[in-house]
Amino acid sequence: MQGSELSDPTAAAEAAALEVPPEIVAQTLNDYFRGWWARVRSGDAGVLPVLAGLVIIAAVFEVISPHHVYLSANNLVNLFQQSAVFMVLAMAEGFVLLLGEIDLSVGYVAAVGAVIAVQLVQPATTKWPWWAAIIAGLAACAGIGFVQGSLVSRLRLPSFVVTLAGYLVFNGVMLILLLLGPFSGYPSLTSTAGTNPQVLYQLMWGTIDPVVSWIAMAVIVGLLGTTMWLRDAGRRRSGLVAPPASLTILKIALIAVVGIAVVAICNINRAAIGTLAGVPWVIGIVLAIFAAWTVLLERTRYGRYVYAIGGNPEAARRAGIDLATIRTLAFMLCAFTAGIGGLLYASYLGGMSNNVNGGQLVLYAVAAAVIGGTSLFGGRGRMVHGVLGGIVIGAIYNGMYLLGLDVQWQFVVTGAVLVAAVTIDAISRRGASAGSAAHA
Amino acid sequence: MSEAPARDHPVPDQQAAVPLLQVRGLDKHFGPVQALTAVDLDLPEGQVTALCGDNGAGKSVLTKCIAGIHQPDHGQIYWAGEPVHIRSPRDAAQLGIETVYQDLALADNLDIVQNMFLGRERLRNGFLDENDMERAAAETLDSLRVTTVRSIRQPVASLSGGQRQSVAVAKAVMWNSKLVIMDEPTAALGVVQTRMVLDLVKRLRDRGLAVMVISHNLIDVFDVADRIAVLYLGRMVAQDRASAFDLQSVVEYMTTGGGNRHAGQ
Repeated sequence: MQGSELSDPTAAAEAAALEVPPEIVAQTLNDYFRGWWARVRSGDAGVLPVLAGLVIIAAVFEVISPHHVYLSANNLVNLFQQSAVFMVLAMAEGFVLLLGEIDLSVGYVAAVGAVIAVQLVQPATTKWPWWAAIIAGLAACAGIGFVQGSLVSRLRLPSFVVTLAGYLVFNGVMLILLLLGPFSGYPSLTSTAGTNPQVLYQLMWGTIDPVVSWIAMAVIVGLLGTTMWLRDAGRRRSGLVAPPASLTILKIALIAVVGIAVVAICNINRAAIGTLAGVPWVIGIVLAIFAAWTVLLERTRYGRYVYAIGGNPEAARRAGIDLATIRTLAFMLCAFTAGIGGLLYASYLGGMSNNVNGGQLVLYAVAAAVIGGTSLFGGRGRMVHGVLGGIVIGAIYNGMYLLGLDVQWQFVVTGAVLVAAVTIDAISRRGASAGSAAHA
Repeated sequence: MSEAPARDHPVPDQQAAVPLLQVRGLDKHFGPVQALTAVDLDLPEGQVTALCGDNGAGKSVLTKCIAGIHQPDHGQIYWAGEPVHIRSPRDAAQLGIETVYQDLALADNLDIVQNMFLGRERLRNGFLDENDMERAAAETLDSLRVTTVRSIRQPVASLSGGQRQSVAVAKAVMWNSKLVIMDEPTAALGVVQTRMVLDLVKRLRDRGLAVMVISHNLIDVFDVADRIAVLYLGRMVAQDRASAFDLQSVVEYMTTGGGNRHAGQ
């Protein structure tokens, strides 16, 4: 608009349109879509590639899956339950990826947290109530995160090495913990009576009553929509940078449509005999984590400092930010969130065993975060990227499972998807820096 | 006046207009290397002082002593006539001294508002008060007439070099600073952007701030400076109104430490 240092005004407008997020300069919906399209063409499309990828994956598997069951309500709910672990682990990994670090131990840290909780609720041994067992498992994870985070942030050891060591250590710890008690290494949540193991099992398999599901969805969409509307309207009134009203309405409508679709699909009877309907608890759990961590990252000082350190640690240091504390906390949040993922994993399997493949889990977690749009180089990424990437991984995993592909092919395909995602990340990064260099 | 006058009596002049910051008899050495020797410097309010000197003359060391990063071995710094000890950048910030380093220290992934408030975010009910910060940042940028940015919500990565410099300066003046030190603000900038930054420096002066500009570029120095101070091998060899110098004399002071044409002053 006022690119005074560029001689050609149209060139200035075009260059700026490529670099400035459309929502901050658009006055009308039309402007917004034009700016957005300019960005898509320049290679910075936000979450669009992920959504497009999901549509393609869904279409392909629907066509080639036996009896075209891929998009059935039954399978979609199943797919989400399988994805939940990847989503939560990807959100966990998001904290450290934003700092430009990596945590390779999340898979086995999650498993350690899960084994602790599963062992503690066993009626034959410790008989802990479910909530105490969950707290103990998650606290252990946070403690692990504190140790690893301190090694990285205070001693400045490379996170790659520290967490690679952690990967081995916690694989071992998990096996040691599994062998405790009279369960021959297979503490179960299903083979014993008692409410406490049952509650852990319900984390993944329990459902919310269909009517309650509708009400809860309406309340959540209503609250979210009202908050978004009030915020944007307030900003428009005080002349601050804000999207046009039509865009706010469109966003709220999209959220409502997604909410209605999810509840409608979940409320279809999924059982061959009898009734199984309603939104699984796990959707609520994933949503709660997503909401809490999004607020933490985008609305608090802590989150701002995470982005600042990921973007330019020297700038953060000069601004008086305590880098070591922020970094350590990020590793703790990562391990804590991974612990929740571990609980969901144990619930999915109905217990814990030495079959946990922590290496595969961590690869899926990093892949999910990166596929969703989080940068491996720090400073760029949001919690929604972990959620979307987790669904992509789950969608591929589920589809290959339906096709009866052997595990070796699952490894090949997932590895290929990971490389593709990292390639896209690196290319878009190069494109972005080349763009701003040309403008400077 | 050009030779440091009161070396034996390092007490500032008690005149009506005391310079905002006065450095008297500053010594600093690193091991066997004497970086600064008995340096005197005045930075008055409402004036731009250019600090010149060849590489290794001690410009950065002197700047860092004022900014609280280095502690001088001897000598005294006076702030508004009062002796002060600046032990850390935090001390400097509390006095109202802000330094804009050459690398600018901006986080590319954050937007202009987020960068300007980095480390001093405003909160409401424990959450970031984006509206309040955006308003304050917009006011500061307007008052400095930094108007070429499309939106203050655009990431710093998308700004030109001159715009980045402007944001870094705006970040520095936002905190009621009284003295702004700029390290090579026009290095690596094109002609139009250099003009933009120099205009910004003049606006800071017109607001009544004391400004110190470190620069190699003597064209820029003569354009913007009210006063010129020249360091040579750690000694302040000349310090006077800019009109008392010409290009030739400054170059001579910078390269030989003695300005023949200026010696009569």
